[in-house]
Amino acid sequence: MVEYEAVIGLEVHVELRTKTKAFCSCPNEFGSEPNSNVCPICLAMPGTLPVLNKSLLEYGIRTGLALNCEIAHFCKFDRKNYFYPDLPKAYQLSQSDFPLCLHGYLDVETDLETRRIRINRVHMEEDAGKLVHGEGNADYSLVDLNRGGVPLLEIVTEPDIRTPEEARLYLENLKAIIQYLGVSDCKMEEGSLRCDANISLRPVGTDILNTKVEIKNMNSFRAVQRALEGEIERQHGLYETGESIIQQTRGWDDVTGTTSLMRTKEEAADYRYFPDPDLVPIHLTSELVESIRKGLPELPAARKERFMDDFGLPAYDAGVLTSSRELADYFEKCVSDYHDPKKVSNWVMVEFLRLLNTHNMEVRDAKLTPSHLVEMLQLMDQGTISGKIAKTVFEEMFATGKKAGIVVEEKGLLQISDESKLAEMVEAVLSAHPEVVEDYRKGKGKALGFLVGQVMKQTRGKANPQMVNKLLLERI
Amino acid sequence: MDIFDLTAHQLADMLKKRETTAIEITRSVLERIQKVDHDIRAYVTLTAEQAIESAKEVDDNCKEKISPLAGIPAGLKDNICTKEVRTTCCSRMLENFVPPYSATVVERLNQVGAVITGKLNMDEFAMGSSTEYSAFFPTHNPWDLDRVPGGSSGGPAAAVAAGEAIYAIGSDTGGSIRQPAAFCGIVGLKPTYGLVSRYGVVPFASSLDQVGSLTKDVRDCSMVMNVIAGQDSKDSTSAPVDIPDYTSFLTGEIKGKKIGVPRELLDGLDPKMADTFKKALKKLEELGAIVDECSFPHAEAAVPAYHIIAPAEASSNLARFDGVRYGHRAVPEQGKDYDLVEMYMKSRGEGFGPEVKRRVLLGTHFLSTGNYELYYLKALKVRTLIIEDYQRLFREYDVLVTLTTPDLPFKLGRKIDDPLALYHSDSYTIPVNIAGLPAISLPCGFVDGLPVGMQVIAPAFAEGDLLQVAYAFEQNTPYHKQRPPLKKETAKGSES
Ligand SMILES: [Zn+2]
Repeated sequence: MVEYEAVIGLEVHVELRTKTKAFCSCPNEFGSEPNSNVCPICLAMPGTLPVLNKSLLEYGIRTGLALNCEIAHFCKFDRKNYFYPDLPKAYQLSQSDFPLCLHGYLDVETDLETRRIRINRVHMEEDAGKLVHGEGNADYSLVDLNRGGVPLLEIVTEPDIRTPEEARLYLENLKAIIQYLGVSDCKMEEGSLRCDANISLRPVGTDILNTKVEIKNMNSFRAVQRALEGEIERQHGLYETGESIIQQTRGWDDVTGTTSLMRTKEEAADYRYFPDPDLVPIHLTSELVESIRKGLPELPAARKERFMDDFGLPAYDAGVLTSSRELADYFEKCVSDYHDPKKVSNWVMVEFLRLLNTHNMEVRDAKLTPSHLVEMLQLMDQGTISGKIAKTVFEEMFATGKKAGIVVEEKGLLQISDESKLAEMVEAVLSAHPEVVEDYRKGKGKALGFLVGQVMKQTRGKANPQMVNKLLLERI
Repeated sequence: MDIFDLTAHQLADMLKKRETTAIEITRSVLERIQKVDHDIRAYVTLTAEQAIESAKEVDDNCKEKISPLAGIPAGLKDNICTKEVRTTCCSRMLENFVPPYSATVVERLNQVGAVITGKLNMDEFAMGSSTEYSAFFPTHNPWDLDRVPGGSSGGPAAAVAAGEAIYAIGSDTGGSIRQPAAFCGIVGLKPTYGLVSRYGVVPFASSLDQVGSLTKDVRDCSMVMNVIAGQDSKDSTSAPVDIPDYTSFLTGEIKGKKIGVPRELLDGLDPKMADTFKKALKKLEELGAIVDECSFPHAEAAVPAYHIIAPAEASSNLARFDGVRYGHRAVPEQGKDYDLVEMYMKSRGEGFGPEVKRRVLLGTHFLSTGNYELYYLKALKVRTLIIEDYQRLFREYDVLVTLTTPDLPFKLGRKIDDPLALYHSDSYTIPVNIAGLPAISLPCGFVDGLPVGMQVIAPAFAEGDLLQVAYAFEQNTPYHKQRPPLKKETAKGSES
């Protein structure tokens, strides 16, 4: 039987967070009243002309440099012509044969290896508006052009991705880089990051490119992975039964978890690209590009290395902590006031991320700040609270934003380190469980744990565990 | 002479000397419109009330001190957007379109106290050479009402010639200012591409369109340029150049100027036209210019290249007229519904006239997959060759001189069903747009009682040289002082 491998390429659209739109001075904002961020230019009133927003160019160059691209010395805008009610000019300003950035790459770490995904191009374009269809049987649609003319970058890979998991990892890494750059917030649910995939199969060991299928409408990274898994299965089935693959575009349905046919190649539009005569060609100097390169922030891969070198963190920890700029900043804030990075890392990676995920929150929304965490760790070091109690304190801080000391006081969580008080309790436990004491003496190590547990139970976890241990051993 | 027959600079002098008022001038022009426009049909929309108001403001605030154009009535081609005043491009598509903004050129005129009398007729979306493709009505040539005024700025040219405006603003994509200026016996300037802002001027072919003036003489032309030229942050293609005082070039002196006459454009000329042109060249020599024949090898390729580039850009520029947001939208019969594609097709089918449809179809064809390389890219290569031809010529000559058009004004209806014959009318003006150069058309004689125009072409941004040569010629010839009779069949002899 022939073994197949997948050949996958991704096209990602990222909405840029410039203050104003790409070619007019309307605010670039999400969630405004429909058709409130519009002007004669982005409504394509006759005679109006576009003027390029310089920030779009700068954001594009930053992104290209972060993705190891060559920045073109010359590029231009082209018109992509098609009719649709959300496209007021009936053409989209985009870049065809001379894009802003070319020939980049992004390295992705799978469980087995580092995979280099080549990036074919990064180009600038404008977004379309949004259609709001009448509800039920309504025979109308409304057009909201707030998003019309918002700047986009399209980032296109070479067909270098081999598995759906790699596709997801690529997207996660790409999102992290773009967020580090501060050019977009990459919210897939708000549409500020969109992804289309091209996929074909071929026998392992060959380098042929078979007929590819395009998949659209995927609304999460998880959906991308699932849609690709499904498509591999579908194409595999067709090859197995000797049927041929038809070039087509398929749409993902998140509810059913399947794709369905949107259109075949014959129905594809002829966009009649040609250079936009209203915008002048762009000539970029090396000085400009280099000055933008100098202003680039530290990117995820470099920061991960530094976290490993400077803080002695394992690769896994460093990878998780640097996966978002906000989280990495959070971690660094903590370790600037606390001596044990690994301890911080454990709390941030395990408890902090768990709580953020459960509450579907971003780092910036958390009431629990680095100083909360540092104070709590210091209370642990001083023996004021035990590790077990700390978890309760942490959750309370996360929920209320109260400082660790206050939580401990309010909840009466102070650790009991009074030796005479603990000795009394230890005596009581020993006399209540003579058989367990006997077991311990016969060499059953586990028995000691049971006795410690009994003391902790009586103090609702507040007893100083080292002290209980010591007192027990002295008396057995 | 009546007030409406005077030039802007004459009226500006009178205003300065308090011999007249802006109101008096404006009333004279409005009365003239009242009297003759039913014969000429230059105006699509008259803004008499606003004009009187602007004139009052000039008089009340002594605005004549700001600019010589203050208080002088002007008309605008109807593809130039005017805030709160209907701007139709003489198309059913925009019959009721009222822009919420003004073109930059209009704002500049308003700033100096210009008086806008209204919007002038044109070929639909500036596509044509006779103004017969206006969706509303044709305009008549004041020299012979049975003849066309040229196009597409036929309304502006006829209005200025007939005294229905002291000057007018038009647009020129392949000759649309110069050819009607020649047909109507006035001065028309197409400036260098990028000298005047295109913002708010509804485009035909964006890389060729340029806004310019139609005036009674060369001094008026310089005065208008002083106001409308200059970089505009709203138009990315407008050029960052310093604007001189264009009237400072009007010395009357052209001794030693080197003038080239492309011999390729002399072939096949009507003998009477050729004769008129020869006399004009002789006059230039008499004035001390050195006139030489020269070679413009790619002249022939310019027209076909133009008829690929212009419709290609137009097909995209006019795609926004889809009935969704503004403009004509087809209404289905009672009880029926259009789906999206039907709505598009019906709206555009009803909204556009035959010449616009022809060019949109051609343009769409030229840009389609497979044709793009075959036509569009090839046309761009021709464009480069033509630019190089001019560059070579301007190393040797200060300006080039040709007839503006090989035709005399032709009879209404004669060429309307023959688009190829119409296209020919622009063959001397088109290469100039292809290369983005400035060129002026000015009266250089009469044939059978009909005006003939001479075209002077200069290197990019050398409008000064252009005006210098044109002014010297004009001041030493009588043609610009003649006013049209506004009668039918003034032409003696046969159709030429
Ligand atoms: Zn806008």
